[in-house]
Amino acid sequence: MSESVLEVKDLNAFYGRAHVLQDVAFTVDERPVAIIGRNGMGKSTLCQVIMGMLTSARGSVRFRGQELMGKPPYRIAREGLGFVPQGRRLFPSLSTDEHLQIIPRRGNGGWTPKRVYETFPRLAARKSTGAAQLSGGEQQMLAIGRALLTNPKLLIMDEPSEGLAPNIVESVIDTISTLAGQGVGLLVVEQNLGVATALAERQLVMVAGRIAAETTAKELIGNIDAQRRFLGVEPLAPRRSS
Amino acid sequence: MSSRLDVRIVPRAFLVLPGLAVVAWIAYKGSQDAQIFWIVTLNGLTLAALFFVVAAGFTLIFGLMRVVNMAHGSLYLLAGYIAFTLQGSWYGVSGNLLSGTPATVTSWVVPMIIAIIVIGAAGVLMQQVFLRWNQGQDLRQALITIAISVILADQMVAHFGGIAESIQQPATWPDSVSLLGVRYGFFRLVVVVGAALAIGAVLFLVIKRTRFGMIIRAGVDDRSMVSALGVNIQLVFAGAFFIGALLAGLAGVLGGTMIAVQPGNDSAFLLDSLIVVIIGGMGSLGGAAIGSIALGLVNSYADVYLKFGGTDLTNYAILLTFVLVVAVLAVRPLGLFGRPA
Repeated sequence: MSESVLEVKDLNAFYGRAHVLQDVAFTVDERPVAIIGRNGMGKSTLCQVIMGMLTSARGSVRFRGQELMGKPPYRIAREGLGFVPQGRRLFPSLSTDEHLQIIPRRGNGGWTPKRVYETFPRLAARKSTGAAQLSGGEQQMLAIGRALLTNPKLLIMDEPSEGLAPNIVESVIDTISTLAGQGVGLLVVEQNLGVATALAERQLVMVAGRIAAETTAKELIGNIDAQRRFLGVEPLAPRRSS
Repeated sequence: MSSRLDVRIVPRAFLVLPGLAVVAWIAYKGSQDAQIFWIVTLNGLTLAALFFVVAAGFTLIFGLMRVVNMAHGSLYLLAGYIAFTLQGSWYGVSGNLLSGTPATVTSWVVPMIIAIIVIGAAGVLMQQVFLRWNQGQDLRQALITIAISVILADQMVAHFGGIAESIQQPATWPDSVSLLGVRYGFFRLVVVVGAALAIGAVLFLVIKRTRFGMIIRAGVDDRSMVSALGVNIQLVFAGAFFIGALLAGLAGVLGGTMIAVQPGNDSAFLLDSLIVVIIGGMGSLGGAAIGSIALGLVNSYADVYLKFGGTDLTNYAILLTFVLVVAVLAVRPLGLFGRPA
């Protein structure tokens, strides 16, 4: 077992009176990790809390020994956490190229807009296109490229396959796997079991605001009962449009 | 779905007739005396230029931070008083025709620069001390800034008195210029309109072309996402508040020279800014320009042409301003260039 990069402990979060995260605890090391679970289980909230975007949370999030709780999002990003949010959250007022220009240059991971365009040639052809005019796949690439420019040591991805056509999902999986192979850590939150198991061997199951179980991709793929139990979906069903 | 469409179409159809009637009435009155019509139009446009400078700052702050800065008018008025006081105490300038010293370019420009920098800094201070820890709490921020404006209004009356004062324009500048057959005030036409055009152009370029401007646009779209990308959004907020307050200050000096510096200007120009951005759409620079022109022209035409035979309704001119707001909101609930938050 290699040392942990991200260490989450006793994490609790509330929306009003709803207790959406309940004593969440887990660690992430260099290996990719997927957090799976149905809608409304607190997965996206967890991402937001780690990134410091939700301030009504208590507990501890340590990244490479540094406590992140209480820090503003921009400091957390500068510690080396890259965020690809659910729904991509591109800026409709900005063109593709402007998305890449606003990211402050710092750290030495070597990501530049040029390298993003080399990684995603389709974006290079659409530099001056408004983000809202991009296709779903292009938007996802831009969201990933934008996060890479912060030179993250760990990439947090919330539902990267959401709203994408199956063939685009394949190419997104390829891209993310390549990045993970280049030494970028990966914490991916997914409802789509096919995507989650393709990206990470370690699988954490989130149910009603808790990490209910830890399993592996191998175990899940073979175990239809477990899939039903944890996700309540038909086993490895093709992505449903939600 | 169809019932929703109906709701929108009905007011639109009802608005066309009164709109045409207003245009016809102005055209009829204007054709009786083209020279007066032209001067009234220039009054409206120069007033619009002043509105634009105030409202551009207001809409910038709102668009980025969702702060409705109810003290924006107070910053406007305070800048006027600062420039007026400096002009008097440093340069001995006074408007007294018999014993006063006329202003020079220096004794107009230096007080203006100091006033706008002080007001810009005051805006940042206000944001950092009172507003920053209430981010996202619209009502609290509105109440805090209203409180600040009430306190400032009283303090300004206590220190500067209740009499209308005016900042003296440089005596070397001409009083008036000729334009299409009428003589019109140089300061209003050249300085104020020139300043508004320059500010519009500079703001446009900054917002479209610079990284700071891109971050502002991104922040208007989704500020917490901007922060999650490693951008220190608080610094950007402070910068935007500085520029917004600075524009209020500049407008205060321009307005104090063009019209007057007097108690009540604070709430009047706050109201004007609100109307301009409600018409134009909160957070939109182009909207602020269109809204300013609409408000300036309506004010100015209503002041002169709201007479029907012997019935003089010009006292009710202010009501037309709100008719304008109602008409715009009936057709476009978010203002002409508004987008949902």
